[in-house]
Amino acid sequence: MKRNPFPQAMLVIWGVMTALPLLWVVVTSFKDDAEILNDPWGLPGELRWSNFARAWSHGNIGKYFLNSVTVLSVSITLTMLLGATAAYALARYDFPGKRFVYFLFVGGMMFPAFLALVPLFFVVKNAGLLNTLPGLMLVYTAYSLPFTVFFLVAFFRTLPTQVAEAAMIDGCGPFAMFFKVMLPMAKPGLISVAIFNLLGQWNQYLLPVVLVSDSEDKYVLAQGLAALAVNEGYRGDYSRLFAGLTLAMLPVLIVYAVFQRQVQSGLTAGQLK
Amino acid sequence: MKHGKYPLLAAFLLPALGLYGYFVISPYAQAFVISATDWHGLSNEFNWVGLDNFKRLLSDEYMRNALWHNALLLILLPVITIVLALFFSSMLNVHRAKGAGLYKIIYFAPQVLSVAVIGVLWKEIYNPRSGLLNGTLRALGLDGLAKTWLGDPAVAFWAILAVMVWANVGFYVVLFGAAMQSIPKELYEAAELDGSSRWATLWRITLPLLWDTVQVAWVYLAILALDGFALVQIMTRGGPNFSTDVVGQRMYDVAFSENKFGMASAIGVVLFFLTLTITVAALRITRRERIEFS
Repeated sequence: MKRNPFPQAMLVIWGVMTALPLLWVVVTSFKDDAEILNDPWGLPGELRWSNFARAWSHGNIGKYFLNSVTVLSVSITLTMLLGATAAYALARYDFPGKRFVYFLFVGGMMFPAFLALVPLFFVVKNAGLLNTLPGLMLVYTAYSLPFTVFFLVAFFRTLPTQVAEAAMIDGCGPFAMFFKVMLPMAKPGLISVAIFNLLGQWNQYLLPVVLVSDSEDKYVLAQGLAALAVNEGYRGDYSRLFAGLTLAMLPVLIVYAVFQRQVQSGLTAGQLK
Repeated sequence: MKHGKYPLLAAFLLPALGLYGYFVISPYAQAFVISATDWHGLSNEFNWVGLDNFKRLLSDEYMRNALWHNALLLILLPVITIVLALFFSSMLNVHRAKGAGLYKIIYFAPQVLSVAVIGVLWKEIYNPRSGLLNGTLRALGLDGLAKTWLGDPAVAFWAILAVMVWANVGFYVVLFGAAMQSIPKELYEAAELDGSSRWATLWRITLPLLWDTVQVAWVYLAILALDGFALVQIMTRGGPNFSTDVVGQRMYDVAFSENKFGMASAIGVVLFFLTLTITVAALRITRRERIEFS
């Protein structure tokens, strides 16, 4: 059967268009400024690892990186804990006002973050949390709850009731039921929604730009990288910028390459939204 | 058990509700109130101006300009992204192109990069002197096509749209791919026996069976198109000459550069109603099953 070469060519072209820019950044991060400015396609004369050291310390990428990791390690834990407990209560118990509480949470998905931006700035400011990492942790958690609750309510409701009934007959209390029986059963759902939140919070740009704007040593990575790009434009230290970009990009890409199946299913699970 | 349920409900619901109420519900509610004032944020002094902010927004040429750009994105981003993603995923899943797994991994990669990384990356690619794009054009002898991509008001908007498409196609290739896996193979075998062309197969079999997923994709992309703030803020700050300004960037400038918090909240309210309209329209059209909650 004769095959039209056009579709296959399109696949290759799009693959190159996706991969080439990423490779270009990694290769460029080893060049010096003269090489970067004069020959975008040239290879680096030598492997200048010092670019990375400068980006990490003088470019503050190291500090920004650490801030991001600090914020996320608390906010993801808190998101999963609060999201899972609230979702479990909504999925497995009856109480007056349950529908209202459910729609209060889920309704949050309909609202763009921009609507809350101005009041949120002042709420955080009045709480004394402006330009602090704990402020970001709490805000990230709060804005991740609608989807987390929505997803996990649906998930808890799909779990079979027989196991819970058996555990109850064996004298299992309600709290032990949740932590020892339901959470382990809900593991696949928890992992999906955790990956979804992890990438969502890691990629967050609007909230840190508004809530941590005045103190540069509290910047998270996304924000710090953008600030670095603006500064390097003035200063002309391009090699440091490319090295910083590589440092921000590669860890995520490596994690993705290793866990790509889980990451893809975790993120596309968001389509339920 | 019956008597034991309220301690658990309190312990499980109240912390989440408290945090959510304080940082999400209350700001959302306050936004509507502030949008009816001329508050400048510095003191508790403000005047009620009713709908004046909204009236002024309607006639504000900067706001209209930004809205126009979001409207263009709203039409172009979903159409281009969905067409490309449908094409690629039907090649990979239905026609089983060689190396399908590898393509999927590469196509999806931009999705895991933060929007800041994507913005900075493309800002450098578009750099007129040292950028990959002009470098490639010059290497191919097409010097005439080299441009100051983000510095030219006639080009900058399209340059940003291209980045949004680049960053999103892979996600929908995977999303559509997952949906295509559930289409029975017999349908395609029958189509092939009948001599159906690839185009006809995509149009007559795949697309109708995928229609639900395509509609979900459309809502997603429409909501992305109403935003666009992060990329614009990083790549152009709305310039040159407001040629890439979007509503989010407008609101950010009005709030945090001009301190017009009443006006900025009004822009937020406008964005909310736009988002709501799109979501409701999409739910109406798709008539998806209601969330059962007894």
